[in-house]
Amino acid sequence: MSRSLKPRDSKDLESIIGDALVNRTPLEIIGGGSKRAIGQLMPTKKEVSLSALSGITLYEPKELVLSAYAGTPLEEIESVLGEHNQHLAFEPINLSHLFFYNAVQTIGGVISTNLAGPRRIYSGAPRDHLLGATMITGRGETIKTGGRVVKNVTGYDLCKLFAGSYGTLAAATKLTMKVLPVGSKIRTVLISLEKEKDAVSAMIASLQSPYEVSGASFITSALTRRSEVSYIARANSSIVGIRIEGSGPSVNARCSKLKNLLMNYGDIQELHYHNSMKFWQEVANVSPYKNKKGAIWRISVAPSMVIETVNKIIRDLDVEYYLDWGGGLIWLRLIEDRSDAGARTIRNSIEVGKGHATLIRATEDIRAQVPVFQPQASGIRELSKRIKESFDPAGILNPNKMVHLLEAHGAN
Amino acid sequence: MKMPTPDSGIIARREKIVEALKAIVPASSIIAEEEGLRAYECDGLTAYNALPLIVVLPENVDQISKVLKYCYQSNVKIVPRGAGTSLSGGALPLGDAITLGLGKLNKIIEVDYQNRCVVVEPGVTNLAITEAVKNSGYYYAPDPSSQVACTIGGNVAENAGGVHCLKYGLTTNNLLGLKMVLMDGQIINLGGKHLDSGGYDLMGVVTGSEGLLGVITEVTVRILTKPSEIRALLMGFNTSEEAGNCVGSIIGSGIIPSGMEMMDRKAIHAAENFVHAGYPLDVDAILIAEIDGPLDEVEYLTNQVSEIAYGVGATFVRSSLNEEERLLFWAGRKAAFPAVGRISPDYYCMDGTIPRHRLPEVLKKIAEASDKYGLGVANVFHAGDGNLHPLILYDANVSGELERAEAFGAEILKLCVEVGGVLTGEHGVGVEKRDLMETMFSEEDLKQQQRVKCAFDSKQLLNPGKVFPKLHRCAELGRVHINNGELRFPELPRF
Repeated sequence: MSRSLKPRDSKDLESIIGDALVNRTPLEIIGGGSKRAIGQLMPTKKEVSLSALSGITLYEPKELVLSAYAGTPLEEIESVLGEHNQHLAFEPINLSHLFFYNAVQTIGGVISTNLAGPRRIYSGAPRDHLLGATMITGRGETIKTGGRVVKNVTGYDLCKLFAGSYGTLAAATKLTMKVLPVGSKIRTVLISLEKEKDAVSAMIASLQSPYEVSGASFITSALTRRSEVSYIARANSSIVGIRIEGSGPSVNARCSKLKNLLMNYGDIQELHYHNSMKFWQEVANVSPYKNKKGAIWRISVAPSMVIETVNKIIRDLDVEYYLDWGGGLIWLRLIEDRSDAGARTIRNSIEVGKGHATLIRATEDIRAQVPVFQPQASGIRELSKRIKESFDPAGILNPNKMVHLLEAHGAN
Repeated sequence: MKMPTPDSGIIARREKIVEALKAIVPASSIIAEEEGLRAYECDGLTAYNALPLIVVLPENVDQISKVLKYCYQSNVKIVPRGAGTSLSGGALPLGDAITLGLGKLNKIIEVDYQNRCVVVEPGVTNLAITEAVKNSGYYYAPDPSSQVACTIGGNVAENAGGVHCLKYGLTTNNLLGLKMVLMDGQIINLGGKHLDSGGYDLMGVVTGSEGLLGVITEVTVRILTKPSEIRALLMGFNTSEEAGNCVGSIIGSGIIPSGMEMMDRKAIHAAENFVHAGYPLDVDAILIAEIDGPLDEVEYLTNQVSEIAYGVGATFVRSSLNEEERLLFWAGRKAAFPAVGRISPDYYCMDGTIPRHRLPEVLKKIAEASDKYGLGVANVFHAGDGNLHPLILYDANVSGELERAEAFGAEILKLCVEVGGVLTGEHGVGVEKRDLMETMFSEEDLKQQQRVKCAFDSKQLLNPGKVFPKLHRCAELGRVHINNGELRFPELPRF
């Protein structure tokens, strides 16, 4: 049973990490804990929750910037931004229903996992929105990087290293983000596909158009029935949804042009505000797998490779899947039980260096056997290890969370 | 500006090093004669120059890998160089280092419309990427002013910006993949045509690392579909404060123009006399806002922006009626630097970024400093993202003016940091802002950055003397200091 510590402020956190450094005590760093089950099992003895480091410290809507302590609930940030019709444009996703239903998402967790929603293809990922950070490294030192302005090339961009590092390099205390206006109007062009194999080409055609598509997703017919959006649940076919956002006249114009562009792919309907919001939340939050058991994978590949990748996987494994990011992202659930959660097949379906697959959910037994994150080529693995050591030489921050022990020893 | 003292041992081995390089690259790829080396003595920051030890112009990744491996084993330093357009001295040669010019790697490897990306060698110019895809309706978004000449490898090294960053981001937001060679000769691939990384975002930290972490040998960039309509609005204001308010009101109303540029009176007059762009001359500030997108959106937003401008006191608002006029509005802005060059024998271009609402205060202090130093200044400003380019006017032939211009510049940059901004928005630290880094970063901040450097380049052979004001040995940086909770900082040599 690990002990839980809850620093009241950054001084507390600095001394906790300082003590851990002296005593070589590995720490599990968490925010609200909503995503703590993602990653390898860790030999940690103490849990450090950053949830008391909470509060928005700066918000200037006209400057498009917001700073908050790392443990600030995402909901609080989204609500304050919402009052000014702004948001975190990378569209944070909420996976808590896959793990712990009641855990709170914190901004620190959102940024450090770098998980972006459907708008990734238009607005980027958390890494693209993090302007500055104050963090405490595994050396017990408080450092800052970046600033509060968008255009900044002063020194190395350690924000990029922090985003997606799952708390393995440093524990953030304060984060500064770029925020953006919410489009006043949202529409989704919904195609009931005549031929399922056309899904990717319909999405690519939309993304090649000049209509500024901010979401392009494909839902197989098996999964459409689980949607709470009646148009989708009743579609009786696979669907492609294309989202456009912006000012009123612009959205209307782009929507009608997109419908013309896509008319040959099948029947087309338009989802208006509420149904659009619902649908894209379902896509972002992996709602089709709600209350379903089994391993869940998140696989990033080039859109042109996605059909081949999926075909290789379904030849071997009993799975269900849907696509986001215009075909660049596969959300996949294993229906059958496999001791490796299908890792061998899935990782072999991606050519070396042409994508990555993350085992988002699996039992502890499986995660003890299988690398959760994509195993890296040896040069990159060694370089990443040296970077980890530069921040955390004693290996006390979320040790081995991102690297399977077998890999860490170079056996992979 | 003090650079590290050249290693006389290396200089003495020069002929041997040339011989060793001849076994790796053709003799025509090696420049060792003084006349040839002269062409490489400086980059865009012409105030500083030095002759490189040797210039090597490799033809492919394999040669680069071998050159680096040889240099790693022989402890020879490397200064990577693209087109040499850096404004911060990032490619300034060192007397004991090989300048590695990447100009021969200038091929477009692949254009991939399915995945909307282009794979290029590092020596391809920024503009050549757009040229290669424009007939199919695409373009590459980051557009630094030097885009005709600057190369994509240099853009990655400097995380180049441009006038469209507010909507489309900097280089780092438009990259998908990199191939690079580490100092020991290892070739690694980061990213690809897919999004995000399955591990640490190494591509993110390499971008903007100013040639200190590795040599970029291949770049995969995202391309965008060209907007169907682009329109520019030219607005004039009696005060720069009103112009600044206008920018805040536009963004506050939820509109993100693709570009927003501001010029002050001196810059307006210099540009107007030079290119006759139709700028109003009776105002203290002009703002150019560009709106792009589908026609309906552009028409709607252009009207909204005009209304906002009048609402905050604009005395002049004109929307471009056609492409010719739009380009004319821009012509003045794009020619601002050479235009200033016509009214002053020399000018020194600064590059701080500030929180936008501090603009009136910063401009006032710049004007005061201008009086104090007795040097004129013209201000050009990427207003949307707060990136300020004061152009300090001086005459290098007048004894002491360059030094005064530099002191004035340093004061401006410190001011930018004081008001919550940063030292450099897009030109990089290089040698120019190296000694100011401590105004923005603490000793711990800089040491951690240098530890990252050590993870890539443990012998610190890549582009030394740039970015960091103090040199620390990697072994010393790596040590964990636990000393009754206090960290020790031995006195270190400064250069």
